[in-house]
Amino acid sequence: MAYSDKVIDHYENPRNVGSFEKGDDSVGTGMVGAPACGDVMKLQIKVAKDGTIEDARFKTYGCGSAIASSSLVTEWVKGKTLDEAIGIKNTQIAAELALPPVKIHCSILAEDAIKAAVADYKQKHANELPGAPEKQVAHG
Amino acid sequence: MKFPIYLDYSATTPVDPRVATKMIPYLTEHFGNPASRSHAYGWKTEEAVEEARGYVAALLNADPREIVWTSGATEGNNLAIKGAAQFYKTKGKHLITQKTEHKATLDTMRELERQGFECTYLEVEENGLVDIEKFKAAIRPDTILASIMMVNNEIGVIQPIAELGEICRAKGIILHCDAVQAAGKIQIDLATLKVDLLTITAHKMYGPKGIGALYIRRKPRVRIEAQIHGGGHERGFRSGTLATHQIVGMGEAARLARAEMASDNERIRMLRDRLWAGLSDMEAVVLNGDLERRIPGNLNVSFNYVEGESLIMAIKDIAVSSGSACTSASLEPSYVLRALGRSDELAHSSIRFTLGKFTTVEEVDFAVNLLKTKVAKLRELSPLWEMYKDGVDLNTVQWAAH
Ligand SMILES: Cc1ncc(COP(=O)(O)O)c(C=O)c1O
Repeated sequence: MAYSDKVIDHYENPRNVGSFEKGDDSVGTGMVGAPACGDVMKLQIKVAKDGTIEDARFKTYGCGSAIASSSLVTEWVKGKTLDEAIGIKNTQIAAELALPPVKIHCSILAEDAIKAAVADYKQKHANELPGAPEKQVAHG
Repeated sequence: MKFPIYLDYSATTPVDPRVATKMIPYLTEHFGNPASRSHAYGWKTEEAVEEARGYVAALLNADPREIVWTSGATEGNNLAIKGAAQFYKTKGKHLITQKTEHKATLDTMRELERQGFECTYLEVEENGLVDIEKFKAAIRPDTILASIMMVNNEIGVIQPIAELGEICRAKGIILHCDAVQAAGKIQIDLATLKVDLLTITAHKMYGPKGIGALYIRRKPRVRIEAQIHGGGHERGFRSGTLATHQIVGMGEAARLARAEMASDNERIRMLRDRLWAGLSDMEAVVLNGDLERRIPGNLNVSFNYVEGESLIMAIKDIAVSSGSACTSASLEPSYVLRALGRSDELAHSSIRFTLGKFTTVEEVDFAVNLLKTKVAKLRELSPLWEMYKDGVDLNTVQWAAH
């Protein structure tokens, strides 16, 4: 499998690897995928008072494309509002990393991970947020 | 050291330079058709072919008249299994094999099922070995043929062929044995083994690709139906002009293997043990297949909590095989490791290291260090490793299906 330079770059120098302190209220965590399928992504967002994402972390069990997709979205979500973050499409991720067709599922998983992290954050803060909480996005 | 370091000798081996040297004149100078009976060009190559046949027979302790040249083991397995099944089909239609065979056997069996035969695919034990009692229990009154490999290509385990031979002979069942991964690595003595058909290929024993041999027992005589028809070469078993240079190469490879196997094995086993000592020092690594009943050059290890394809990507300085077929068209984990009862994750994260006669201590030490560093790095990245370290039992986690 030939990987694009961008995939290799993210794979060799993954950005924002790690986990935030457990029990931090300003953190939303999304975990998607399954070991048996060959990829599990954990994405965490840290949300500032003004409702923008100030920081992000990831850990991924998966192929180089899965690692690169999740590393990339930790960069992309920073500075975005929650609504902007869930607007990130898998097609943008796939295009940025030049993923081949067999690896598109990695970008879908990364998109799902953002949605899951945002949903987790919103659920934690259901009472404070304006408007009705968004329905949790089922991953599947 | 030459990079990437080659640790994939079970996939194929380099041609021994002595073998290559012996082959070359048969391309340029001695180019005659060994079937040409009317001139010296043909006589010369026929003589070379028969000399090579003698070396292959000697490696197996067989009679040269029991050796038929093929294009390799895929053809050999097809010829043996289809040939015997079709010849003996009036006696019965039941065949036995095991789930961990090479595709060249499994797909041949599937094709025979399509033609109306019935096949039992035996489960193997957790160590990769076939259970003799289960084998006996699978035998039916209409069983005509069993095919069990001598050494598994992925995990290197050695099957109890001598015992299976006794059982089959007593019941009048033809026993075919894919000995591709055994030839030149362990002793094969067809004067004592009750194997009727046996397949080998040159490119796994420092010979060239595209040439193999099928052993067909004469006493008691085993019959097969030819699959390729034409000029009646190889006593009608396999038509087609003989590939003289390839045959000469296979013969020389067999001659060298017989002479040097014992000393090569000693070195290779020492290197394999060194590799295992280094890797087993790490946390959460699992050896696949029995360690004792195993050829010297094979080590198959799963690195838990790291994903196979990213692992392969991380260790591109060494050339190894992965238990995960992610890099090819399908996303299937190794069916051999699944047959041992390994989870998909463990099957995916397995690496097959196969060492050979050109492997060095430096190469093994490099591989150990590389694996240690890269596995540690990938585990730093792995949410599964984090959960394992936090004491989470991954089997109790509800994963979102995908
Ligand atoms: C056990 C086994 N059987 C059969 C084959 C097929 O051999 P060949 O490449 O000569 O067709 C191989 C090698 O790929 C093998 O390892």
